[in-house]
Amino acid sequence: MRIVDTAQIQEKIKEMFLDMNYNTSASLKQAILDSMERESTPLAKNVLLQIHQNQEIAEREQIPICQDTGMAIVFVSLGQEVCLTGKPLSEALTDGVKSAYEEGYLRKSVVRDPLFERKNTGDNTPPVIYYDIVPGDQIHLLGMAKGFGSENMSRIKMLKPADGVEGVKEFVVETVKTAGPNPCPPIIVGVGIGGTMEKAAMLSKLASAREIGTKNPHPQYAALEETLLQEINLLAIGPGGLSGVTTALAVNIEYFPTHIAGLPVAVNICCHASRHREAVL
Amino acid sequence: MKTNTQKISLTTPLTDSVVSSLQAGDLVLLSGRLYTARDAAHKRLVEHFQKEGKLPFSLKGEVIYYVGPAPAKPGYPIGPAGPTTSYRMDPYTPLLLQQGLKGMIGKGLRSKEVIEAIQKEKAVYFTAVGGAAALISKSIISSKVILYEDLGTEAIRELVVKDFPAIVTIDCFGRNLYDRE
Repeated sequence: MRIVDTAQIQEKIKEMFLDMNYNTSASLKQAILDSMERESTPLAKNVLLQIHQNQEIAEREQIPICQDTGMAIVFVSLGQEVCLTGKPLSEALTDGVKSAYEEGYLRKSVVRDPLFERKNTGDNTPPVIYYDIVPGDQIHLLGMAKGFGSENMSRIKMLKPADGVEGVKEFVVETVKTAGPNPCPPIIVGVGIGGTMEKAAMLSKLASAREIGTKNPHPQYAALEETLLQEINLLAIGPGGLSGVTTALAVNIEYFPTHIAGLPVAVNICCHASRHREAVL
Repeated sequence: MKTNTQKISLTTPLTDSVVSSLQAGDLVLLSGRLYTARDAAHKRLVEHFQKEGKLPFSLKGEVIYYVGPAPAKPGYPIGPAGPTTSYRMDPYTPLLLQQGLKGMIGKGLRSKEVIEAIQKEKAVYFTAVGGAAALISKSIISSKVILYEDLGTEAIRELVVKDFPAIVTIDCFGRNLYDRE
């Protein structure tokens, strides 16, 4: 049994949310530079140049990449041999998010009641938290700051098994097409296939946080990722939605066993300011 | 649609003759005054109009920037401030255009009703690069909350900008840079 004080987790969460909001990952920076090379029109190049310059300014001055510093999401995989001490884990995660948003000049974008009062909570809490219990004595944390320009363009559909690969392709491409310029392209497309309705949505969220350049280990899914990326880029929505060959930087698929009667598909779109961090304690 | 690479400098508030000279695809640099307003502020403006028969302040010739800035670090006039997605303001926009609003800055698609109102009222829809918030904030010289302070980031602010980079996306003739046909 390993004993971990939740204060340590709280501190790590704060650090992760500050880091992801200011600093762009190396793979994402490179993906923007590579797409600048591929674009031929001055407008598309100009949009990508602004995105690149923006990343540089945010990092240099340690200010947020985007004013929408997102709703905080935390996935916790807790080793079953860990014994937690200190304040309750949910409270520690919430307080870590709160101190990052309060001390780091990050925007508070969360309203307490989603329908009637819509009053801002003032500290960007609560985060959306998911727990999983796993073997071992480690704690794995995945934090995401999700902006709603792209979250709003995400969709889920319960396809029929007969819809098959073509049905999945059609739904994913149509979702990106309908979103058009709204979700701040170039985007990262997370696709969740299988499970149940909410499982597919969770998978699509996790898929959107996969590092650019990684492939699904299953060759058929990896090939589908590649085909979808090509088809999406043929839509020519382009950087900023102003036309071009770079609509998406990556399509990432995650899948799970499903029911004999079903084929759930979820598409979670993430903007070019994709902000997520992982940590192991 | 063709894009000019030459940037056009504009000063706000905008006049009808300036608005009519702009074409979808023009790159512009805006200087002068912008008002910020997004979801909650639009709702309140329209509710105020429905109750009082007028807006709480004049929008004649003015430009609204759809933004909810991040908090300013000490020594900064404003935090990162990129455009938010415009379609959420569509239900409120035709009324503001009827009341003299001349320009909007946001990102993304607009409704048919808004595009028609842009033509009818002779206005212009600019877009800025979504997510380029730190970069765009460098063109904002000052920021002052003028209304609905309780809304926090959604309060209405008066910004003074210099060479704010934007693209004419829907012009007063209804030409739309997002149209692929």
